[in-house]
Amino acid sequence: MSEAAKGKLALYWAASCGGCEIAVLAINEKILDVAAAFDIVLWPVAIDAKVRDVERMADGEIDVCLFNGGIRTSEQEYMAQLMRRKSKVLVAFGSCASEGCIPGLANLSHRRQVFETVYRDLPTTDNAEHVEPQHVTHVPEGELHLPVFYDTLRTLNQTVPVDYYLPGCPPEAERIWEAVTAIVQGTLPPPGSVIGAETTVCHECPRTRNEKKIKKFYRTWQIIPDEETCLLEQGLVCCGIATRAGCGALCPQVNSPCIGCYGANEGVHDGGARLMTALASVIDATDPEEIQGIVREGIPDPVGSLYRFGLAGSELRRSRRKTNGAAAKAV
Amino acid sequence: MTDTAPGTSGQCFQPRVVAFLCNWCSYTASDMAGTARIKYSPCVRIIRVMCSGRVDPSFVLKAFALGADGVLIAGCHPGDCHYIEQNYKTIRRHSMLQHFLEPMGIEDRRLCLVWASAAEGQHLAESIDLFVEELRRLGPLNWSGNWEENGARLEALQAIVDEHSEAMEIPR
Repeated sequence: MSEAAKGKLALYWAASCGGCEIAVLAINEKILDVAAAFDIVLWPVAIDAKVRDVERMADGEIDVCLFNGGIRTSEQEYMAQLMRRKSKVLVAFGSCASEGCIPGLANLSHRRQVFETVYRDLPTTDNAEHVEPQHVTHVPEGELHLPVFYDTLRTLNQTVPVDYYLPGCPPEAERIWEAVTAIVQGTLPPPGSVIGAETTVCHECPRTRNEKKIKKFYRTWQIIPDEETCLLEQGLVCCGIATRAGCGALCPQVNSPCIGCYGANEGVHDGGARLMTALASVIDATDPEEIQGIVREGIPDPVGSLYRFGLAGSELRRSRRKTNGAAAKAV
Repeated sequence: MTDTAPGTSGQCFQPRVVAFLCNWCSYTASDMAGTARIKYSPCVRIIRVMCSGRVDPSFVLKAFALGADGVLIAGCHPGDCHYIEQNYKTIRRHSMLQHFLEPMGIEDRRLCLVWASAAEGQHLAESIDLFVEELRRLGPLNWSGNWEENGARLEALQAIVDEHSEAMEIPR
């Protein structure tokens, strides 16, 4: 491929842990094939390109942008808008950009609570003067600005239109390679699609499945599950039943229940709701009080268990705020 | 759900209620209530489903997200399900949903499960009225208001645009 025919690729990160960046490198030497097919114009973790260079580009000049991370600050929102404008194809890369992931669980609190926890209450925080990030700081030379930290983490598609989704926390190297191949060969599915499997983790799980009827949910530290039988049948809250395939059922294969990092399976908007349906179906009880006991005792943290990866992208998106919007201005 | 703006005009808060009624018992009960001219609160928006077991938890969450103040699910009495045992699944989903709604800040009383056979039009009407009264006490939910950021967001975004264009020496 000649230099002139090379496409332009950008990778950006917002509110994420950096694992998605590592995942890209997990395709190993194939990264050289990526570099052969694309000029990488922005990738903060790996190359020294500037946002300014992207701003100077024509709209749509970048062929593909792999965007990982949720939108938590005004700077991230600005970058999401910029990358959307400059890219022909914008891919929500990984769980954070697609559905909020672990950073999205902070949607159970708000900015004030996050700041107080991080900058004051944590046992390892040494901050006697209660220094906190300020949006505006006055210095002799003028005003300095930090991005505004939002109350609610949003997914990429709650911020700008997204063309494709690549689920996973992080996406598996093979799935990334399949996506890159599809992009290079022009065999992408219709816009709006998730690039990945359409089945659930159960489809890839080698365990034996029988009729599921359980009287009690166990937490992972309470039992040592047998290595052959379906983990849900043994009472563990295994999310595989409502989670998209693509990982090769890695966790169940090491005797650990699926935690749902590949997000909701095809055609499902709210993965947690689907999981509720699935779990409700396997409870072997008909008495309301007994059912309530099984549910409350077995799933002490329903949001964390059912929406560990999908809270920000779910129907409700976050927990209720007393201030409900406008009144939060003073925060 | 945007036909009127209940709760804003009158003195009394008119909650928006989405009610999923099973085709075989509860919907027939509401029909019977109508034929018998039994009055019940007009706040309720009835959606007929083939079975209370058809109500996926995502329907309930979507209703709340779209502005419902309460959701009511009504079906055949346990043991009387047209599809043998699906209403037992409804009990379990209801329990699971309530358990989830609590930490999300939605009072579990905003999700109501009622059993009403085809002959119990009166009972269904009374249950709806009681539920609406309960929602009046709880007040409006206005879920999408939770997603709004405070006013500093747009200004902060504009500030970034300004700073960047200044740095780029592009005349504004």
